[in-house]
Amino acid sequence: MSSFKIFDIAGSALSAQSVRLNTVASNLANANTVSGDKESVYKARYPVFETVIAGIGRDAGSTASVRVTEVIESEKAPLARYEPGNPVADADGFVYAPDINPVEQMVDMISASRSFQNNIEVMNTSKEMLLATLRLGQ
Amino acid sequence: MFDLDAHIGLHADALRLRSKRSEMIARNLANADTPGFEARDIDFRQALSGARREGGAVSLTATQSQHLRGGNASMDNAQLAESASMYRVPVAPSVDGNTVDVQLEQAAFSENAVRYQTTLHFVNSKLRGLMTALTGQ
Repeated sequence: MSSFKIFDIAGSALSAQSVRLNTVASNLANANTVSGDKESVYKARYPVFETVIAGIGRDAGSTASVRVTEVIESEKAPLARYEPGNPVADADGFVYAPDINPVEQMVDMISASRSFQNNIEVMNTSKEMLLATLRLGQ
Repeated sequence: MFDLDAHIGLHADALRLRSKRSEMIARNLANADTPGFEARDIDFRQALSGARREGGAVSLTATQSQHLRGGNASMDNAQLAESASMYRVPVAPSVDGNTVDVQLEQAAFSENAVRYQTTLHFVNSKLRGLMTALTGQ
């Protein structure tokens, strides 16, 4: 019955939004982690979403669930600050901090959370529809 | 011979198409953040009239006993939905090519769910009418 595919689609979306929320949490937690080495400092992480067209035979192309293909690191250059007193400062006295904008991360978090709630609603409504169909004739 | 298909009529096709449509809208909502994804929906009126034309509950005239009566649901609901599916016109421009408007999709999903329940209700009452006729109570 085609309605059961909704659970796959909505489930994949919930999982993808969770990954997105995890990356936001990581970015916010590490926003102030400094390092003396430009290469090893934390860089903001972003998930890459992709649509997966599935379905076999006649139903090919009917299901489009979403998937996180990879989590990429930001290309932005880390911010350099002059702190000679910092124990992790490099030879010139600079420390490098990741270029993370907390406002941008909060907006991303709100968007992910809203998307998550939408997909929960989709699953609940579909479940009720299916249960009502089962009660047909009673 | 009593024809159950003709009695329930287009409600069976409507139910199948509604469930297919709810799947398409769920797909749109799931891909609300995917870059390059284009929202789709089925033109319900067109799809339902297509189902009727293809022999949903319409039977072919049989003048001899060997003639076959028109099969019902000869076109699979997946094919029917795909043939009537169209792309949504994007309301606002977007940077990453995603054309899903979440509010629109949510509203469409709710509307579809309510109409599904309505159609289910009709089918249910038809069936219960039959049961009343059968049992006499």
